[in-house]
Amino acid sequence: MSKYYYDLHVHSCLSPCGDDDMTVNNISGMAALKGLQIIALTDHNTCGNCRPFYAACRKNGLIPVAGMELTTAEEIHMVCLFEELEQAEAFDRKLREYRLPVKNKPEIFGNQLLLDENDEVIGTEPYLLPPATSLPIEEAFKLASSYGAFCFPAHIDRPSNGILGILGTLPDHPSFPVVEYSGTADIKALEDAHPDLKTKRALTDSDAHYLWDISEAENALDLPDEPYSSAFVRHQLFRYLRGELGGGNA
Amino acid sequence: MTVRELTEQAGFRVLSMPDGEREIEGVYAGDLLSWVMGRASEGQAFVTIMTNINVLAVASLLDLSCVILSEDAEAPSEIIVSAEEKGINLLKTELPTYETCLLLGSLL
Repeated sequence: MSKYYYDLHVHSCLSPCGDDDMTVNNISGMAALKGLQIIALTDHNTCGNCRPFYAACRKNGLIPVAGMELTTAEEIHMVCLFEELEQAEAFDRKLREYRLPVKNKPEIFGNQLLLDENDEVIGTEPYLLPPATSLPIEEAFKLASSYGAFCFPAHIDRPSNGILGILGTLPDHPSFPVVEYSGTADIKALEDAHPDLKTKRALTDSDAHYLWDISEAENALDLPDEPYSSAFVRHQLFRYLRGELGGGNA
Repeated sequence: MTVRELTEQAGFRVLSMPDGEREIEGVYAGDLLSWVMGRASEGQAFVTIMTNINVLAVASLLDLSCVILSEDAEAPSEIIVSAEEKGINLLKTELPTYETCLLLGSLL
């Protein structure tokens, strides 16, 4: 059992709002410098840079997690994390059916850059990624889960795109066992206002769009890690998320 | 005006009307439920495109006279069943929110 510092919500340059310097090697290099061990890539409605991200994390000795920040029809942001890269890529292909077919205007929204593992730009995503998909939250949850995703509502303390702001309260369905707070959240005040939050496992992630916003080594989980391998620790992370490990934040 | 009278005059579709004789006391429109929760008031008709079940929680909490789903927003069957159970009038129209509000303004 060791303490693993994490940041499970980071955008790359594939998100139009993500800085062009958020390349897969820059993200993993910065995360390593900051002392993180587990980092997830969660671009808006796409997993398109997850494969090179895996390669970059391997170079920097980090444990990668492939993910996506899905925008539901209600404009709620929901983080979907996948234990296997291939699951993320399969879900990415499926989600295209539900994305809004509006072309990106890079001069207004920013570039949507697809990279290889050496940070070379190998393409651009033509359709604007962040807008709401046509999937309401329950359907989005069901569909992502059927592809193996573990889902939690993102930055629930934020009025825009946070589930509490949009729905007023946590819905009964889907029943999220994990919620994500941003680094500046007043968790105590939120738990007082929404007592059901006390029963949830809490994560704190950066939602970084710029390199300097990636979390410092401040948020950690105690995870079993013998016999050590990156895949083993990632598996333990998912066991923690699913409530199979017990315990709480380190 | 009652919810039943409004429904007939406006040509709204009824998804659930357990209390058609309820008087309508004004209108509130919005989709961000946390915002609506703090601002709508008792007896109002609530116009929204949001079809999440939490719409009913807001309607019930504030004792609104009815919920009107505008823009032909698709209501999942659970919300219709639950509206009936909770005694909430749930209506629907293909009109966009602005036109729905104009119509309500002219009728009420």
